[in-house]
Amino acid sequence: MDEVPIAAIWVYLAASPLLWLSLTLVCYLIALWIYRLGGERPWLNPVAIAVSLLIALLLLTRTPYRTYFDGAQFVHFLLGPATVSLAIPLYRQRERLRALALPIVAALLTGVLTAALSAIGLGMLLGASPETLVSLAPKSVTAPVAMGISEKLGGLPSLTAVLVVSTGILGAVLGTGLFRLMGIRDDAVKGFALGVTSHGIGTARAFQVSPVMGAFSGLAMALSAFVTALLLPPLVRWIGLGG
Amino acid sequence: MLHALTLILVCQLIGEVGVLVTGLPVPGPVIGMLLLLGWLFLKGGVPESVGRVADTLLAHLSLLFVPAGVGVLVHWERLRGQGAAIAAALVLGTLITLAVTALTMAVVTRLTGRSGGDHG
Repeated sequence: MDEVPIAAIWVYLAASPLLWLSLTLVCYLIALWIYRLGGERPWLNPVAIAVSLLIALLLLTRTPYRTYFDGAQFVHFLLGPATVSLAIPLYRQRERLRALALPIVAALLTGVLTAALSAIGLGMLLGASPETLVSLAPKSVTAPVAMGISEKLGGLPSLTAVLVVSTGILGAVLGTGLFRLMGIRDDAVKGFALGVTSHGIGTARAFQVSPVMGAFSGLAMALSAFVTALLLPPLVRWIGLGG
Repeated sequence: MLHALTLILVCQLIGEVGVLVTGLPVPGPVIGMLLLLGWLFLKGGVPESVGRVADTLLAHLSLLFVPAGVGVLVHWERLRGQGAAIAAALVLGTLITLAVTALTMAVVTRLTGRSGGDHG
């Protein structure tokens, strides 16, 4: 008698998007709480913690990813409007943009090419399949854009999404330490490099360091999404990959 | 608030439809971003409500990546099978890109004789 109501409630919840939508938000809030409790150390990345918690829950309840995504898609959907919203930090930084036009264009082009070519080159060297290589190529760009590029080139958009998130976390975790080692102290430079490499997750990290670093990271993320979307398809076809 | 959200969604919608119609290689939200940017320049400023909605969305940007990140479950086999290649591309690729981008920007900034932002 005891177990029937619980099972009935579970059957109801498992079929509704409400459960996994709520759990996505709850896990993210727990991750933020852990991150703050741990003194905002970069390796306590909130995305990494939230993803780990959710994977543990899915495995424990034997829930397939598809069921999870039926609920989580409402959060995922907001990536599109968030990309559009990048116009606002871009507009607010227009004066700086004008003053730093030359360094920005130079860093943008070398950064975008380095991101794609280093991923393809290293993957090739270690024997990744063509499908994996195409999915790796746009990994430094924000998720909706990267998934679009991957799909157009015959990669696996959902694999690209995972690689995008991993690249974001890695950049957010390793970025500030690397810049310290390199002796780079200009917040504009640090932010821009983080945004080109690690898109939104890098930008979230950059805003925690300083508003200038965050603005430049957001700027870099928006510009590199655009430039990568234009340059990557011909580049990948030129290398002889992609459809 | 509602106006601002509608503006952002309509920009994305026009972008998505535009990409479908013209076959541009750029994803729809990026076109939407350019449209909104153009609109801001026409307006000559960021209306307060638009700024507030955008700031809210961008403040929780990392949350929006969580559902895609959980997708690692689906690709576990492939990730394990090509683990070395993918790990190298991810870790080394990220470090190389960070370093090359930062160096390029620092060097060109110095060459053109302007300082970027606040030092910190």
